[in-house]
Amino acid sequence: MADQPTAIERFINGILPENPVYRQLLGLCPTLAVTNGMKPAITMACSVAFVLLGANIVVSLIRNLLKPHLRIVVFTLTIATFVTIADRFLAAYFFQMSKTLGPYIPLIIVNCLIICRCEVCASKQTVFVAASDAIGQSIGYGLALSSVAAVRELLGTGCLFGVAILPASWPDWVIMVLPPGAFITLGLLLGLVNWIDMKKSGKN
Amino acid sequence: MGSIKNSNLGQAWLVLLLSIVFSVSLTAVHLNLGPVIEENKTKETMKKIPVLVTGKDSSEYAGTFDISSRFINVDKNGITKSYTVYDAFDKDGTVAGHVVKATGQGYGDKIELLLGLDPDGKTITGLFILDQKETPGLGNKIVDDAWRNQYVGKSSDSPLVVVKGKSADENEIDAISGATISSRAVTDIVNSTIADVKPKIMIPASGNKMEKN
Repeated sequence: MADQPTAIERFINGILPENPVYRQLLGLCPTLAVTNGMKPAITMACSVAFVLLGANIVVSLIRNLLKPHLRIVVFTLTIATFVTIADRFLAAYFFQMSKTLGPYIPLIIVNCLIICRCEVCASKQTVFVAASDAIGQSIGYGLALSSVAAVRELLGTGCLFGVAILPASWPDWVIMVLPPGAFITLGLLLGLVNWIDMKKSGKN
Repeated sequence: MGSIKNSNLGQAWLVLLLSIVFSVSLTAVHLNLGPVIEENKTKETMKKIPVLVTGKDSSEYAGTFDISSRFINVDKNGITKSYTVYDAFDKDGTVAGHVVKATGQGYGDKIELLLGLDPDGKTITGLFILDQKETPGLGNKIVDDAWRNQYVGKSSDSPLVVVKGKSADENEIDAISGATISSRAVTDIVNSTIADVKPKIMIPASGNKMEKN
């Protein structure tokens, strides 16, 4: 078996080299659905971070007890538990935000990013590595969500976090806060990331 | 030794154990957060009552009503169904309207809504969706103002009917395209709530009204 990456490699990889959205194209549903504003995007990123950290730690702790053919059941069970906790917490302390995000918080259960990290990292490596992997991937995911959200909210409403940034004369591009805007923005940003990557590797 | 490992229990014990551990922790979370969530919903209900009774923006009517709550119990096939009813009173003590909290099955999960009725219970004065988990982009349009406002002003004499396309008759509601089930679910909840609550909507005796003071 090839050498597994260390904790620091896992952490750094998650942020840019293996960014969940731009490099692995995982967890795209929330990336498209809740990025019409910075606030819902950040809330989603934090919820995913909590679930990912919790699931990675639990799975890593029990990794030696896992039966290969039952591992997905265990992953799903663990993820669902943490998602329910996140959902209830938001409903209790961020009631309006919880209503805005609606079913997208419960839908974190089917976010393939989390089950992917459980499978790739947490079920094979120690708790420390799994935790740094979760934190790195979460930062990467948060960056990706907020980059899409920043473009969409700024162009769509002239605001960031609800605070007006662009002059009042800015004609709000309403399409950017609607679903098509999500596809356009994500497509262009993905293209940009790939283009930068090609430039870089071309020079080397 | 090998037989224990290969038995069903030997294979599944971790899944079973985790289920128990997770259920216990979720129960603990629910016991702690459940009351806070209920309080949030009650606060939102109180904020919405003036809007639902008058049909006007909340900023125009904040704090001008006295609100008291009561339960209406309805026996249905031997099962007692309980509705929470909020009565809104003007400053001079006359009834301005009622708001009924009702729950029913939607397409995704339970739909919880508030239904505003005029003092006699003859006309619908407002509809607000408190909680829903309908399909994003389709069924969750039941929360949109434009769709909910169709109910405002409808008579409660005959049950409302969901139609596709353009609603023509007085008691017809336009279905959301792609979400007929969610539209029907809301309309069914409204219909059954009216049927259950209407006979008892008038505040029974003046004694009850005194109670709130």
